Amino acid sequence: MGQMIRVGMADLNICRSPDAITTLGLGSCVGAVIFDPTHKIAGLAHVMLPDSTSVRNNSNVAKFADTGLEELYRRMIKIGAAKVGLKAKIAGGAQMFAFNANNDMLRVGDRNVEAVKKKLAQLGIPIIAQDTGKNFGRTIEFYPETGELLVRAVGKSVYKI
Amino acid sequence: MDSTQFDILKELGNIGAGNATTALSQMINAKVDMNIPKVELLEFKELSDMVGGAETIVAGILLMLEGDVDGMMMFMLDRTSARNLVSLLMGTEIPDSKKFSELEISALKEIGNIISGAYLSSLSALTNLTIISSVPYLSIDMAGAILSVPAIEFGKVGDKALLIESQFAENEGNMINGYFIMIPTVKSYSKIMTSLGM
Repeated sequence: MGQMIRVGMADLNICRSPDAITTLGLGSCVGAVIFDPTHKIAGLAHVMLPDSTSVRNNSNVAKFADTGLEELYRRMIKIGAAKVGLKAKIAGGAQMFAFNANNDMLRVGDRNVEAVKKKLAQLGIPIIAQDTGKNFGRTIEFYPETGELLVRAVGKSVYKI
Repeated sequence: MDSTQFDILKELGNIGAGNATTALSQMINAKVDMNIPKVELLEFKELSDMVGGAETIVAGILLMLEGDVDGMMMFMLDRTSARNLVSLLMGTEIPDSKKFSELEISALKEIGNIISGAYLSSLSALTNLTIISSVPYLSIDMAGAILSVPAIEFGKVGDKALLIESQFAENEGNMINGYFIMIPTVKSYSKIMTSLGM
């Protein structure tokens, strides 16, 4: 059994089989996993905001979809992931509170999901599974050995995507 | 944020939590003691550790703010505290079941509304700014997920969030741990500082 590497909010990390990688309690943030099924290398970013260019304070690259995924990709290649054949799985981007107002501040979950999809498309990485939106928090675990993403939520049984 | 500004926010937190305690005491018609609130500026990564980990189940009550100050305000309770508080308010023991009933949920919203309202009115009085709050929104879920909402708002301004932890106890000794998170928008934040003569 490998280690479980933990990624915090607005943070990112990479791992290699037999290790696995996790992030706990995703709400409106998006957990984006990029993996190389051949070399069994994976990276996970806990994205908080869609776009680094729309915010003045953007020193933490892991916080944003654009710079976070770029950095994740760079680090994976650095430890030996292949540039072709990379895949992605994403989860999170929930709307935690049932607002009826169409306030931009509140749609941030959706906007995070859109931004992550856009960046992955730019990097040429297909999303092969996703569990996004809705109104509940998620904990995710990714196993590079099998390519499975486990999702845990309150009051639901664990499921794989 | 420099240390003077932090001290000011801390002081606002203290006063706000004090007012909230008074409101709570009136609501349940019993004496409520409050410990000196802990005010901390935390990295996002550390935020949910304060409340027992990202997967701890909490009740979060969120109010949107308008008027001179835009932004949001959150009052968060751990599950035991939420249950204790609802028991006190309703005058009956709430059994330790998995789910809250509709009645308990609306009681929680109301509690959040009153406590946050007390907090906000002290801020309003100190700064002379008008703060209008929305109806309360409630979510019961993992702490990390609930906290992501205010953390994202903070994330636009900085890499840390201000968390005010207040601990209340009524005379029978049932502890209630509550957390306030106040997130003014960037513009409103400078308005608050200006109105305080900063």
